[in-house]
Amino acid sequence: MRDVLLKDRARAAAPALDHLDWLEAEAIHILREVAGQCSNPVLLFSGGKDSICLLRLAEKAFRPGRFPFPLLHVDTGHNYAEVVAFRDRRAAELGERLLVRSVEDSMARGTVVLKSPGESRNKHQSVTLLEAIAEFAFDACIGGARRDEEKARAKERVFSFRDDFGQWDPKNQRPELWNLYNARIHPGENIRAFPISNWTELDVWQYIAREQLELPSIYFAHTRPVVRRSGTLVPVTPLTPPRGGEAIEQVSVRFRTVGDVTCTAPVESVAGTVEQIIAETAATTITERGATRLDDQTSEASMEQRKKEGYF
Amino acid sequence: MSAREPLPEAQLEDNGLLRFLTCGSVDDGKSTLIGRLLYDSKSILADALATLERTSRKRGLDAVDLSLLTDGLQAEREQGITIDVAYRYFSTGTRKYIIADAPGHEQYTRNMVTAASTADLAIILVDARKGVLTQTRRHSHIAHLVGIPHLVVAVNKMDLADYSQEFFDRIRQDYLRFAAPLGIRDVRFIPISALAGDMVVERGNRLPWYKGPTLMELLESSPPAHNEAPEQFRFPVQHVCRPRTAEHHDYRGYMGRIESGEIAIGDEVQVLPSGRKTRVRDIRLLDRCLPQAGSGRSVTLLLEDEVDISRGDMIVSPSRTPSVTKRIEAMVCWLAESPMTPGGKYVVRHTTRETKALVTAIEYRQDINALKRSAGGRLEMNDIGSVSFKLAQPLFVDPYRGNRSTGAFILIDEATNNTVGAGMIV
Repeated sequence: MRDVLLKDRARAAAPALDHLDWLEAEAIHILREVAGQCSNPVLLFSGGKDSICLLRLAEKAFRPGRFPFPLLHVDTGHNYAEVVAFRDRRAAELGERLLVRSVEDSMARGTVVLKSPGESRNKHQSVTLLEAIAEFAFDACIGGARRDEEKARAKERVFSFRDDFGQWDPKNQRPELWNLYNARIHPGENIRAFPISNWTELDVWQYIAREQLELPSIYFAHTRPVVRRSGTLVPVTPLTPPRGGEAIEQVSVRFRTVGDVTCTAPVESVAGTVEQIIAETAATTITERGATRLDDQTSEASMEQRKKEGYF
Repeated sequence: MSAREPLPEAQLEDNGLLRFLTCGSVDDGKSTLIGRLLYDSKSILADALATLERTSRKRGLDAVDLSLLTDGLQAEREQGITIDVAYRYFSTGTRKYIIADAPGHEQYTRNMVTAASTADLAIILVDARKGVLTQTRRHSHIAHLVGIPHLVVAVNKMDLADYSQEFFDRIRQDYLRFAAPLGIRDVRFIPISALAGDMVVERGNRLPWYKGPTLMELLESSPPAHNEAPEQFRFPVQHVCRPRTAEHHDYRGYMGRIESGEIAIGDEVQVLPSGRKTRVRDIRLLDRCLPQAGSGRSVTLLLEDEVDISRGDMIVSPSRTPSVTKRIEAMVCWLAESPMTPGGKYVVRHTTRETKALVTAIEYRQDINALKRSAGGRLEMNDIGSVSFKLAQPLFVDPYRGNRSTGAFILIDEATNNTVGAGMIV
């Protein structure tokens, strides 16, 4: 009966994929390949917008089943409270296991030693991440890094190999052809898998809008005390007090990336909705990291250097 | 359960995504062309531009060097060359583009094959003053071999050739003379100056004799991925979802990406290797039910009968099935330092399936510069040759010419776990 009906109906061609459909399909494929090829993967979830997209993609990849991996956050202890609360709530809503490992624990163990109490803990996340990888024997870490973020990332593979010291060797990467990924490793080595490698910041925002994904409130415009320091806005917090001579202003701002308080700067904005953020992003004249990461401006090669040392 | 969805509304604004490859040598102005595409499509942002100006000044250059936008790694900056494939992104508002920027040197054939493997279109740069060179032939040959459907020959540096139509016409004739025997059919020619910006995004007014589209117009109108020839349905199973919860007690979802063709609810399908036939009961994307789904989509298929299916199996249309075979012949591009020799054993990764392979013969090496074949024996790094394999387990394959997904595989060295070869099934 059903066959007859289906035969009678003239069959229209399947609709062509728009660019978000295509990016989504690719990311789901990558997530399923990690699950198929790796025995003990983990998904890095910070509560930031890129990893929020990853969770949505993981739902599309594996529901109604459970995720075939837990979630891990490497916490510097200096994250915005709104983001940490969001992280915990989102993991609970999904019913997935969230692991948190803290840079402060590494400091207590003596594996992280700060040069000064005020030093940014951001780069020390590498140590804590490698410790967590060893503790749980993870063979793959899924992350939300994108190739458009930074020069060194433009050449990184979707499945990026790390040796047993967690190091990335940019000159000796595995060739990656078609959509055939090679996740084979020896014990102690690790794969970093980046499902949204081919997304840009604008793609991420468009996807958030289309999927109506919830975000931590600091992504939207709010009034916050800041000081202006060499072209960037520095939020005034107990960790980042104003320096002598700097005037504190109340400015309407939003964060384009969220991370450690000491190295994440907001941009001036009145965008209160995702649609307004998309309009601003499409018209923006400053790259995401340039404006908002206080740690990447040090030198043109700074990200490449940190990645070689095991940074995500 | 969930309601059937109406067909999506026609989307006039979004023309999908196009992946293209740029190839040329250091001197052809490839980096300048990419810089120009990014710059004129307003994809370079203020702080990146400021870095660019600073670096250009530091190197004693008068004008901003657009080529600096594309050299990423420290080692490359030091040596002033490009040693690896880099991916760049820009969007025109109607279409998103992914550029694979491949280095031009002969010793980087493997990088070009890598970049070409995912491209729908290749831009081959020719210096207007130098014309068709050995490397032009090499790049065209590789692009064709790797199955890129559309080639664009961009005759660059027209500003240094007096914007002369004669130069352009001669290059066009030279190119067609060598391309025809290769079987290259869809090839377009555009005179450009990446440096001055003529015919890239803007037409400029220095090439009035050229009436064709600008490079950007050509990119905007090129058919998007997988939208051309009708293909057979191929669905390699990546993951089987059996939640075994109270709510989803008997749920068996077969998860994967439609590599080619399309599928609708009610369609008959065949499962490989078992050969069992059944019908599609539902096509899911999270909580959506799709009446049909086409090439490129990642979905979950529910089938009418209980069939034993695991990762590595393939669900296909029963009318034209792939060959189920333990012997394959392929054109192989060798990627590793240590050569491939007959008798060598490797792991083959094909779609979602993995098996062991023995090299039974290397019939010949393809000289991609001179378009001739030489005796086989072994394949060194960057060689491309015809290789026969015997497999431990069968693969479900189509010829690469007809299907870039089920016709492609990689070879992995079991000792090092490195990816050492790229194969295209004949």
